[in-house]
Amino acid sequence: MKLEGKKAIWSDYQKEIADDRYFYVRSCVRQNFFPGSETAFLKIMREELKRDVYEHPCHTTCTGIGYHGDIVPVETAMTVVARQFSLMTEAGYENLLPSCITSFGLYTEILDTWHHFPEVEEKIKKQLKKATGREFSKPKNLAHASDVIYKFRKEIAAKAKYKLINKNTGEPLKVVDHIGCHYAKMFPSKGIGGAEYPYVLAGMVEEWGGRVVDYPERRHCCGFGFRQYLVQANRGFSIACSKEKFESMKPFKPDMIITNCPGCPMFLDRWQYVINEMEGKRYGQNGEGVPVFTYEEVAGLVLGYDPWDLGLQMHQTDCEPVLDKIGIDYDPDEKYNTSIPDEKTRIPGLVNV
Amino acid sequence: MEKYYDLLMQDIRFEEGLNACMNCGVCTAICPAAEFYNYDPRQIVDTVQSGDNDEIEKLLKSDTIWYCGECMSCKTRCPRGNAPGLVIMALRALSQELGFFVESEKGRQQLAVKRTVGQWILDHGYCLYLEGVGTDLHPEQGPVWDWIQDNYKEIFHRLGANYQGEGPGILRKIPEEAMEEIRKIFEVTGGNRRYEKIEFYSKKKAEELNLELDGSNDNEYFRYIYKTNNGTHTK
Repeated sequence: MKLEGKKAIWSDYQKEIADDRYFYVRSCVRQNFFPGSETAFLKIMREELKRDVYEHPCHTTCTGIGYHGDIVPVETAMTVVARQFSLMTEAGYENLLPSCITSFGLYTEILDTWHHFPEVEEKIKKQLKKATGREFSKPKNLAHASDVIYKFRKEIAAKAKYKLINKNTGEPLKVVDHIGCHYAKMFPSKGIGGAEYPYVLAGMVEEWGGRVVDYPERRHCCGFGFRQYLVQANRGFSIACSKEKFESMKPFKPDMIITNCPGCPMFLDRWQYVINEMEGKRYGQNGEGVPVFTYEEVAGLVLGYDPWDLGLQMHQTDCEPVLDKIGIDYDPDEKYNTSIPDEKTRIPGLVNV
Repeated sequence: MEKYYDLLMQDIRFEEGLNACMNCGVCTAICPAAEFYNYDPRQIVDTVQSGDNDEIEKLLKSDTIWYCGECMSCKTRCPRGNAPGLVIMALRALSQELGFFVESEKGRQQLAVKRTVGQWILDHGYCLYLEGVGTDLHPEQGPVWDWIQDNYKEIFHRLGANYQGEGPGILRKIPEEAMEEIRKIFEVTGGNRRYEKIEFYSKKKAEELNLELDGSNDNEYFRYIYKTNNGTHTK
């Protein structure tokens, strides 16, 4: 195939990503498990890239986990989302920037439903007005926060202090990319590379010096499954999905995993700990785990941010093997320092995955 | 007798998710739930599509409709543009509306989801509440999570959060006027009604099973639905 033809086909897998003036909506899971990632994202956007990112204090959950846990009815979810749109409209913004993949998927689904069923949009408008007196305009652009980091990946590379390269061998790190299911499986045209060739994380990895690992279960769900994790009796499903991925990637000897959904890194991190506790099995090299990162953490690391300011101490699977391979300068004694003067640093019991 | 198919048709997701299924089974091939559970989305869509009332009622009362993880991998692959995952969401909504969910082990778990995630949404404005997720109910969170919970104020402060604070920021306290709007939306759009139905039918089932159920998450019925796995769900 001629190069022009390839470019023409690939253009179908691109999406429009706004350049500036974003209305940021936070993620319930990311705020609880990876707060340093949202802090790093805003620092990168505002201080490194000089972009306008606005956050309204009155925005709430989109109800996404409740919606996919089937306790929140579809019209309730739609009206809560309409209220988020109203806050955006009120603040004078048009580009919606969710931190969460479940939210991104829900916003995409709702906008698609309203496109095909305008009468549903009208009904939701009336319900929002009745409940809150609010009106709204729909976003002109909807991009997940990982889309935006992808868009600015070259600018980040230009400012980078480190590369995803093993300092001892000079070889690129082998990176597993794990894309959240609701990023592009529901609406492939809304994700960079679609559902077949998702490039949102691979693009960052390649730009920052790493090499993406392809492996059989690359597109498999991490196993969250909403109710399948939320209820203890169902968690066997959740861990089985993650284990399938680990078994599949192991022969390719990955150095690290990068993710764009807030839940996936938590599951891929914690289930490694559980599998080790249950079976004494680890999937990294030299008897270690495979460190799992959010894309904000990886962007922060290449920009030279302190690992403990990024929150890597909140991971159960140790990140140090990757920090050491890259040659990142960090203070091991600071890891569990809670920065309370005159108080002895408390260290978690068993953290040895 | 009510025609369940007609009731399902009132759900926009059913209309979106089911065109004409040709039973190719691609959805089952890609489905993570079908990999581990006794679960076959092709069969479910086939049953629903047949419109057989008795068979649909069996589904609504079964464990089967609760195995799906809603990853929506099926939507990507269906050559007819169907989304079995959306059909499942419509079936689950109807099962709760009619009170059928308490007839299966997996369906009964909806009370646990409602009393955790559902309550956190209305109480705090988040789907997840840091202080509600302890290693007692979530041992897989590991020792690092105990450390985080013991030191959350210092850790979240260091990481730039605004835990329970005024104004914007990570895990800020959602202002009361915003919470009022969320609660009003739940009232106007049927969210409260769904919650009340889950509570109502769960209470009836608890009485039938002679298990104690109070308003907390520490009682016989809650523990029973949260932890029971009769071992017949997987292959």
